[in-house]
Amino acid sequence: MPELMQFLLSGVTVGAVYALVALGFTIIYNASDVVNFAQGEFVMLGGMVTVFAHHAGLPLPLAALIAILSTAGIGVALNKLAIEPARGAPVVSLIIITIGASIFIRGVTQLVFDKQLHRFPAFSGDEPIRVLGATILPQSLWVIAGAVAVFVGLWLFFTRTLIGRAVLATSNNRLAARLVGINTGWVMTLSFALSAGIGALAGVLVTPITLVSYDVGIALALKGFAAAMLGGMGNPKGALVGGILLGLLEALTAGYVSSQYKDAAAFVVILAVLFAMPQGLFGKKSTDRV
Amino acid sequence: MLTVEGLRSRYGRIEVLHGIDLHVDSGEIVTVVGANGAGKTTLLRCLSGVQPVAGGSITFRGEALTPVPAHRRLSRGLAQSPEGRQIFTNLTVEENLRLGAFLYSDGRVEKDMEDAFGMFPVLKQKRNLAAGGLSGGQQQMLAIARALMGRPSCLLLDEPSMGLAPILVQQIFDVVKGLKALDVTVLLVEQNAFGALKIADRGYVMETGRITMEGTSEALIADPRIREAYLGI
Repeated sequence: MPELMQFLLSGVTVGAVYALVALGFTIIYNASDVVNFAQGEFVMLGGMVTVFAHHAGLPLPLAALIAILSTAGIGVALNKLAIEPARGAPVVSLIIITIGASIFIRGVTQLVFDKQLHRFPAFSGDEPIRVLGATILPQSLWVIAGAVAVFVGLWLFFTRTLIGRAVLATSNNRLAARLVGINTGWVMTLSFALSAGIGALAGVLVTPITLVSYDVGIALALKGFAAAMLGGMGNPKGALVGGILLGLLEALTAGYVSSQYKDAAAFVVILAVLFAMPQGLFGKKSTDRV
Repeated sequence: MLTVEGLRSRYGRIEVLHGIDLHVDSGEIVTVVGANGAGKTTLLRCLSGVQPVAGGSITFRGEALTPVPAHRRLSRGLAQSPEGRQIFTNLTVEENLRLGAFLYSDGRVEKDMEDAFGMFPVLKQKRNLAAGGLSGGQQQMLAIARALMGRPSCLLLDEPSMGLAPILVQQIFDVVKGLKALDVTVLLVEQNAFGALKIADRGYVMETGRITMEGTSEALIADPRIREAYLGI
């Protein structure tokens, strides 16, 4: 029983990170139909920039803030320099552009910083907390709280604010959005900034547990993408649930079968779900009356 | 209020508007009638800024409109209810209306929404339902109501009667006619020439990218060429 509890706790922690990455995918996908495969690099940048800003002598909270803001800026640059000039290109081309951008960001990061593994101290120490016979790191609670806070924040943003609804309107019908006075170019910029900032936040939260180096982004992007697909691409609730489920699947497989099979088992389950429900768990086919 | 001179537009290398001249005066209802493919929708798309202009000028309330991007034109007073309604299908009826007033966040938004519900009571019953589930006629009402939420001084209406049952067509045309009382100038593009000319003050006939006739609605309805080609009389 303590064993199971332990697997569940570590699964939820990892799942919360996947959920944050998946939420980042969701925002950009909703605004532009683009699956941004540079999403994992935002997580990596969040961790790396914090590490180096902290080493340079800045207090950790300030270093983290700088990392989140500068990564949001890089997200905006990605949109302005790579996505916007290709407006009108098929979505597949835009997705390939994001893959190119992710390779570029990784390369520049290893030149500007280095290729080593880094970490910075956990926010609330490294003393494990006992829960029902299992243990959890205080930093894990930070990660889980971060994912929940971002989810609630996004939910409020999209359902309670006019700007949030303008983002939804832009994704639903770009032409109509322009006609009611929404600057759809600005909505895209906002989405990339938000998405990159959330990715960087994930990197800041998880680095004390998993460490960071220039190449951690690819795996996170794939896992986050899988989580988003599992939950239903474009649905924030799906991103959260998909991320946590994926984390749990991995942790349980690693615990009860073998850690060698944890990725395989997770992807087999995802494939099975998508065979039965191609729209994902929470995705719905959009209906248009003509 | 709105003056169009020598307006040209093309899709790729094919020119579809070959120099359009028309004007709409304040308080008028003006209609542009013509067959499918005449370029009526392209004309409205140029006016609302979502279609590039290849030549000529558009002047609205004394200002050259061509350099103004599409999302700024509503703030100048020009709203469009586009072809195919283009409502936000995933959002509720009320959210659609609220977004129509995206530029505003004052107390008048609430009042305008009540006015819209007064104009189309069926929308009030369905205010919390997804707009994609509305019938075609209800979607058309929503498209017009959403455009009015933007407080336009001039409303561009693209084929509001398309695909609707005759009784609904009449209802929509009655609403358009009533916009005069609200000080909204209307430019109405229609294939349903007879219905449009009946509520309009003046009309233009458009054929393959050119204006071929213009005049008061009475004169156009009485013209034997129009009667034969468009009115089926």
